[in-house]
Amino acid sequence: MMLKIDNLHVSVEDKEILKGLSLEVPAGEVHAIMGPNGAGKSTLAHVATGRDGYEITDGSITLKGEELTEMEPEERAAKGLFLSFQYPLELAGVPTLTFLRTALNAQRKARGEEEISAPDFMKKARAAAETLKMPMDMLKRSLNAGFSGGEKKRMEIFQALILEPDFLILDETDSGLDIDALKVVAEGVDNLRNADRGMLVITHYQRLLDYLAPDKVHVMAQGRIMDSGGPELARALESEGYDRYLEDAA
Amino acid sequence: MPAVKETVEDVKGLESDKYKYGFSTEIEQEFAPKGLDEETIRFISAKKGEPDWMLEYRLNAYQRWLTMEEPHWALVNFPPIDYQDAYYYAEPKSGAKYESIDDVPQELLDTYEKLGIPLKEQEVLAGVKGSAKVAVDAVFDSVSVATTFKKELEKAGVIFMSISEALREHPELVRKYLGTVVPTSDHFFAALNSAVFSDGTFVYVPEGVRCPMELSTYFRMNAEGTGQFERTLIVAAKGAYVSYLEGCTAPMRDENQLHAAIVELVAEEDAEIKYSTVQNWWPGDADGKGGVYNFVTKRGECRGDRSKISWTQVETGSAITWKYPSCILKGKESQGEFYSVAITNGHQQADTGTKMIHLGENTRSRIISKGISAGKSSNAYRGLVRANPTAKGARNFTQCDSLLIGDECAAHTVPYVEARTPHATFEHEATTSKLSEDQLHYVRQRGLSEEDAVALLVNGFCKDVLQHLPMEFAVEAQALVKVSLEGSVG
Repeated sequence: MMLKIDNLHVSVEDKEILKGLSLEVPAGEVHAIMGPNGAGKSTLAHVATGRDGYEITDGSITLKGEELTEMEPEERAAKGLFLSFQYPLELAGVPTLTFLRTALNAQRKARGEEEISAPDFMKKARAAAETLKMPMDMLKRSLNAGFSGGEKKRMEIFQALILEPDFLILDETDSGLDIDALKVVAEGVDNLRNADRGMLVITHYQRLLDYLAPDKVHVMAQGRIMDSGGPELARALESEGYDRYLEDAA
Repeated sequence: MPAVKETVEDVKGLESDKYKYGFSTEIEQEFAPKGLDEETIRFISAKKGEPDWMLEYRLNAYQRWLTMEEPHWALVNFPPIDYQDAYYYAEPKSGAKYESIDDVPQELLDTYEKLGIPLKEQEVLAGVKGSAKVAVDAVFDSVSVATTFKKELEKAGVIFMSISEALREHPELVRKYLGTVVPTSDHFFAALNSAVFSDGTFVYVPEGVRCPMELSTYFRMNAEGTGQFERTLIVAAKGAYVSYLEGCTAPMRDENQLHAAIVELVAEEDAEIKYSTVQNWWPGDADGKGGVYNFVTKRGECRGDRSKISWTQVETGSAITWKYPSCILKGKESQGEFYSVAITNGHQQADTGTKMIHLGENTRSRIISKGISAGKSSNAYRGLVRANPTAKGARNFTQCDSLLIGDECAAHTVPYVEARTPHATFEHEATTSKLSEDQLHYVRQRGLSEEDAVALLVNGFCKDVLQHLPMEFAVEAQALVKVSLEGSVG
């Protein structure tokens, strides 16, 4: 199993947010998580990547069979976990390509691999920029500095194309994108799809899923997975909403 | 391995431990008697074989000093300094200058090796065609022990030597400029330095000469209880250009070390001086004990029209940093610049900034200050921008940014703006921000360790300043940013 979350309980300042969440995503598959606001979707993304401030009271998260919960965020990254942030940060004074090359080499070093050479890295960056239709001078600026919301999301996928993670969590990558940008980003994500890689797409909307065609859709509410199904489940949610799951839990 | 690369590797090695410069080289010292009186001053002057007027200058400064009081207006706290309980002069026993670098005792060379600046490599560097050249006048305690690249500089007519040597070889030149920018009566520490300065550097770049290499001095304090009173004087004659680098590290000490240096810069008509500092003296231990008191007076005078003086500093060390590299903009259309990064961590205190005194018409100045406070430290920017009635058309732009790491530190910005003419334009921008958990997590999610993430973010914050450093220093400075912020988060 690529990603396995088992009976995960997470609290923030003594308030339980995730209440026994279980989920499995095999290699080669794309799963979507949908759910109302406050369901704990972003908490899941933060906890999986090891952000401070969350207390795991029970359960486990494993990636390729390795327990993640005790690892530092950077160790998880080196193991191949990537999060496309809902709100990507601006890093003033940090040139995009310098940052990414440093990050890639830090990951490679942690995995005992050789550092990438500057020409090889540039080749990679150019190819990724082409896929995402990003002008190269955008990459010469500080990371996300002065970028629009849509540009930042595109930059997240650009980073994924450079870092080539084994597993991606996309946290509302579609929000803030107009339809053209959404198409480009979806193509970029599609480019990352292969038999060895898994993805978890957190979204409110059907429209990204129209492009991505997920293998499975999960409904998250009240801190756990309430329902799972095929792509038809997403379409049903789009018309019916989440009320059913909220009433069930109440 | 090429010398530059080796230096870079050595600098990288800094990361491995927090303050590895806490060693002390065992070389016999020759001290002046402990304490300060006229006898001490005569001892110093005689030891250096100075001309009579220099001794008079010192004694005069000493008499002034006796009438002055230690100033306490800065946002720094320190216990009373007993000026009688210190040595004012120490030199390595062998004393004299070495004929060549091969004559320098191995112990000293080893010291520089540990500092990550292999002196021998500098010579190798000189042989590499097209590579940057750095001349090093190494001050080991009070006496310069080695000067490299001297011949090439001589060919260009550049005088670059210890100030003691200059007092013997070019007394008229030193006399013409010494104390003309920072007079002995300027303040308490200026008077003290003028009375007892032991050594330092003298640079004279003659008319129309562009100094063929970056000049560099690595200061190093070594002897127990020896206060350091360097004196640096740099003169760029009409149309001359010089870039000067000053880098500092000091060994670990229990007691506080007073460092009261004076740097004077004089830029004549159309001349330009660029002065860069990376300061990494012992900041004291985790409890705030020990550490260097860095009370330095740095001032440049743009004496001629269209002259330019630029200060760039990266201040990461010392228990207390108290300095305001300043520019007196006398010549018409002259320019002053101040680019500063000041990092405080642990119990460090910094009160630093600049003074831009506009006297001439259409003078311009620019101030970019980046203060980073971490741990329980306190970091203040204090700056004065003044336009006198004569300074018609004066312009200043000031930007002060403060970054806080953690919630036990303090940042202060104290700007003084005095426009005494209606024909001056001053702009001031200031920001204060906190290194956020969100930013740290974002960077760590991409694979960087917490320390690397902090260093990356802080280096980004400082970029506008660091880019003004010469290449060799920029690498070192980035490494120092990282070392000095270790343990600041988490």
